[in-house]
Amino acid sequence: MFAPIEDLYRLAPELVLCTFGILVMLAEPFVPRKRSGLVAFLALLGAGAALAATRLSWAHPGTAFYGLVRVDDFSIFLHFVVGAVAVLVILGSRDYLEREGLHRGEFYALVLFATAGMGVMVSAQELVTAFIGLEISSISSYILASFRRNVPKSNESAMKYFLLGSFATSFFLYGVALVYGATGTTLLSRMDSASGNPTLLRLGLGMIFIGLAFKVASAPFQLWTPDVYEGAPTPVTALLSSGPKAAAFALLLRIFDTVFAASQLWVWAIWVSAALTMFAGNLAALVQSNVKRMLAYSSIAHAGYILVAFAARNEIGTAAVLFYLVAYALMKLGAFTMVTHLGGEGERRLEINDYAGLGSQQPAAAAFLTLYLFSLLGLPVTAGFLGKFYIFNAALKSHLVWLAVLLAINTVISAYYYLRVIVVMYMREPQKEWAATPIPRAVGLVLVLTAAGTLYLGLFPNYLMEFATQSAVLPR
Amino acid sequence: MPSRYIPILIYAILAAAFPAVTLIIFKFIRPDSTSAGAKLKPYECGIPPESDARGRYSVRFYIVAILFVIFDVETIFLFPWAVQFNALGLYGLVTMFVFLGILIIGYIWLYKKGALEWV
Repeated sequence: MFAPIEDLYRLAPELVLCTFGILVMLAEPFVPRKRSGLVAFLALLGAGAALAATRLSWAHPGTAFYGLVRVDDFSIFLHFVVGAVAVLVILGSRDYLEREGLHRGEFYALVLFATAGMGVMVSAQELVTAFIGLEISSISSYILASFRRNVPKSNESAMKYFLLGSFATSFFLYGVALVYGATGTTLLSRMDSASGNPTLLRLGLGMIFIGLAFKVASAPFQLWTPDVYEGAPTPVTALLSSGPKAAAFALLLRIFDTVFAASQLWVWAIWVSAALTMFAGNLAALVQSNVKRMLAYSSIAHAGYILVAFAARNEIGTAAVLFYLVAYALMKLGAFTMVTHLGGEGERRLEINDYAGLGSQQPAAAAFLTLYLFSLLGLPVTAGFLGKFYIFNAALKSHLVWLAVLLAINTVISAYYYLRVIVVMYMREPQKEWAATPIPRAVGLVLVLTAAGTLYLGLFPNYLMEFATQSAVLPR
Repeated sequence: MPSRYIPILIYAILAAAFPAVTLIIFKFIRPDSTSAGAKLKPYECGIPPESDARGRYSVRFYIVAILFVIFDVETIFLFPWAVQFNALGLYGLVTMFVFLGILIIGYIWLYKKGALEWV
């Protein structure tokens, strides 16, 4: 009757994350305020241990708990992504929380729980399990978004995220119910062999697509993104834009690649959504004056680029999605961490024009931000360039010439707003005096890691690309 | 065969008769409510409204309500486990204790955080 020990190995990252999350919660009231670094360290240890546990579960591939979750290269790849995101977010948020007087152990616990939820999402083989993972990660994110609870914007952000997020979740859940009604199973692998009402199945899959499209912020379901990203504390924005997005894309990808009916139905929806998302994100980003909003719209645009690789519907496309998720997480985490640091106390320095003169006053900060922006734009020698190149390649291999053309047009549009920030930083005189605070060590470490990762993937993508290609083979 | 449904028929008649008879009797004995002017008030239910419904009350009620829901749901989970205790055996016992342990940690956390202090 006991679950075999192998099953526990296959769930090891989530178990470790939840255990450490609980430990952090338990430690929080007992550790005196002065030693609060201890809690942060415990959380960091937990996220690191989750990466080690992922390595451990890699040695035990297969399905666990009666086929509810599955450990394969795909889930391991994404576990590494969300685990690394958690490590970087925890590293980068300590100084922010101290600065804003928000240092609470619950912050780290919620980051760990959210990561556990993402872990469940990426290895789920069954729709209800996926739903539970989605909820664990979403509910933690709602609370994290409201963490600056004395700031109305943060409350607005959390409220919008919560209402629209629950709305999206109910779409997903209703879709799951309809799919179950049509096929009599919620296991992805059995869905094709089950004979059911095809209309009902299509309706259900369509609703699941809508629910997940909300989560990855693809048009026409992207409207919540800028408000939520702007109001949330910036380290949380960094998390929201990288981790949950990667997990939701992973779930979308798994359903898309495993269920034949879904790939039949979704391909055109994805085509249209990709085109719309790219334009919606890039055109709106052109007119933004706030850096966080600009980056939020840019993250919408990037979701569009990733969907282009989806529409390619081949293993090159899946590998391109995985590679891009890593590259995207690195550059977005780096950019938001830099924005966190530059924001100063109370996050006041957020307008693009406030960055005027940064190039001469804080050359290191300006250089880092320039690198991330170049990568987001997709200039060579950065991860963003190769990520886009792989997506382009996948689209052309599947003869999606039009989508590839739209991708190229959008890259050109995006050049305007990425380069504008760089122009402001280096070529404008500052209008206001801003206190130039030195970069704290932990934040510096995050910046160095993300910048090194961005450059490394831009120069030597082979190792990761091999891993991504190997992970792209999903069992039908 | 239809005779077996006679109790249901009687029950249905009783169910329909109860509100009908009550309303008819009350029609004769109750005071005329329009005279009090309460008919024109919102949410009229016989009692004149006393104050604005959007009054403020302590946020602690929310905390207590949420805590109640959490530990209430815990007991709900205990019921099916208790019913199937013999079938689930040691595995069920261990997993249930893990579940309860997590909840007790939550209890310790909120106790130390002072969520249970009323004033």
